[in-house]
Amino acid sequence: MNTRTSICIFLLSFLSLSAKAELSIQITQGIDNPIPIAVVPFALEGAGVLSEDVAGIVINDLEQVGEFLSLSRSNMLSMPSEEREVFYRDWRILAQDYLLVGKINRASGSQLVQVQYEFFDVNRELKLAGEILTGSVAQLRDIGHAIANVVFEEVTGIPGAFTSQILYVVSEQVQGDEYNFRLEKADYDGARAQALLESREPIMSPSWSPNGQDVAYVSFETDLPRIYIQNIATGQRRQITNYPNINSSPVWSPDATKLAMVLSKDGSPDIYVQDLNTNQLMRVTDHPAIDTEPSWSSDGRSIVFMSDRTGQPQIYQIELGAPSYNVERLTYDCFQCMKARFLPDGVNLVHVRREARQNPNYQIAILNIETLRVITLTNTSLDESPSVAPNGSMIMYATKFNGRGVLDAVSIDGRVKFRLPSSQGDVREPAWSPFLN
Amino acid sequence: MGNQYNQFLKISLLVISVVTLAACSSTSEPEEVIEDNQAASSSSSNSASPSASSGSGQLTQEEIRAQNALRETVFYFDFDVAEFKPADRDTLTYHARDLAANPGKRVRLEGHADERGTREYNLALGERRANGIMNYFIVNGASRSQIEVVSYGEEQPAQNSSSEQAYTQNRRVEVVNR
Repeated sequence: MNTRTSICIFLLSFLSLSAKAELSIQITQGIDNPIPIAVVPFALEGAGVLSEDVAGIVINDLEQVGEFLSLSRSNMLSMPSEEREVFYRDWRILAQDYLLVGKINRASGSQLVQVQYEFFDVNRELKLAGEILTGSVAQLRDIGHAIANVVFEEVTGIPGAFTSQILYVVSEQVQGDEYNFRLEKADYDGARAQALLESREPIMSPSWSPNGQDVAYVSFETDLPRIYIQNIATGQRRQITNYPNINSSPVWSPDATKLAMVLSKDGSPDIYVQDLNTNQLMRVTDHPAIDTEPSWSSDGRSIVFMSDRTGQPQIYQIELGAPSYNVERLTYDCFQCMKARFLPDGVNLVHVRREARQNPNYQIAILNIETLRVITLTNTSLDESPSVAPNGSMIMYATKFNGRGVLDAVSIDGRVKFRLPSSQGDVREPAWSPFLN
Repeated sequence: MGNQYNQFLKISLLVISVVTLAACSSTSEPEEVIEDNQAASSSSSNSASPSASSGSGQLTQEEIRAQNALRETVFYFDFDVAEFKPADRDTLTYHARDLAANPGKRVRLEGHADERGTREYNLALGERRANGIMNYFIVNGASRSQIEVVSYGEEQPAQNSSSEQAYTQNRRVEVVNR
């Protein structure tokens, strides 16, 4: 299937800039009744040792989204690596609902590995999935994430997002008000971080193209905020805008032909859309207040944005092509509501919310624009930049922990949280990739 | 076109200008600044006051005041407020007159915000603050072409911490000579 081919053709030809801040996962909140699953260490056939523990990668993936609890290896009664070695009774006794086994074959002296896995429903005594994945030793993490995707989808019915990636910005103070900025890309769990761009001037607002091959961002490298597009694999980049004043907040349209952005060339920040083929610029909003943080509806026909035209930031929506005064206000019950984006369902709107003037906390919340019900997902005070996983199951956001910027993720029901702490610097502005094929 | 825009700004802001001048004259004189003759004479070429008719070496009180004012280049803002503090008006007036008297001089106004609120909004707030000072400079005789505005939002805090005290230092506009 296409997981296999995608791994086979997955070429790691990224920029060679090394990322200093490796991230590692920490589960900060789980659910009460996780699904019990046994993931047996994969048997290694052939020569040598491997740098990655594939079963361990699968376990990390499944546990940190909170729905699963894996059986400790020391409690296993047997260690099967393929179907004929599986005795369901061994796993029923241990109250396991699911079982994953596998083996890795590596020919001596070769960089190629074959990973065979099989996934079983213990109660129904049924094999649910199984295949052989081929890749290089360097792709063992990808293979582990791909297996976790299969397990997650078999059990929950929702495609797994474990092969997705994230972009984020790291800032490190050099001295005084001088900082070093890096745009980095990593696996969704923070592993294998790579720097895509490094600068002594600010880098902001990374945004994925819909096919996951390019990133748009704002760089101040010319001393002014300008929008750039960079190919992730080749590192090739081009400057997209050079308008006076603020050029910021680039966001790709769902069909990848346009870039929504914020320009203040005509006085105050307004929302614009630039056609990436013709470079034609269309003005979307026209108001002396601040209009910013555009985000596309999933059908690409309207844009939600933040405006402080009533005095404080609130969220609005406008149909493209409609007169600029024809905006619909979506939020009323907060002191400030900002940085909105729709979940894949097109009804639920993730945003940053400050409830009341007296309440100094900025938190991540979801507004259902039909029922107007609001669920606040976080309880820290400086939460911002929410970004939704491609399967809609989790939201990654930036917050502060012990005075440093870190990335947290929360499930859309608020039940599960995990954190990706970095070793140094302030980490911020996560952007979760689309599904990558 | 730049000139037309400039002209338009000057005219349209004339009303504000008059009000501001009235406000200036109705308040007390510019606050007494510490005299520092040595420092003042070492940079006497920077003379700012249009009324300055400095002879050789001797600086008037007004010139000393102007030079002290020009050494103040960071202006702080209250939370969620885009207008500069009334206490900074006299200092900013000296900056504006200095630009008016030296048409070749260029400044960059760098706007900053504290970390509360979203990054994009803070980028816009930093610009709004810097624009406020730019307009005040223009009203007081500076030319639009002498001034560049850039906002850094919350990206370059003067103090990289999450305290009220740091926030006070971070909400600022810096006047940088180019």
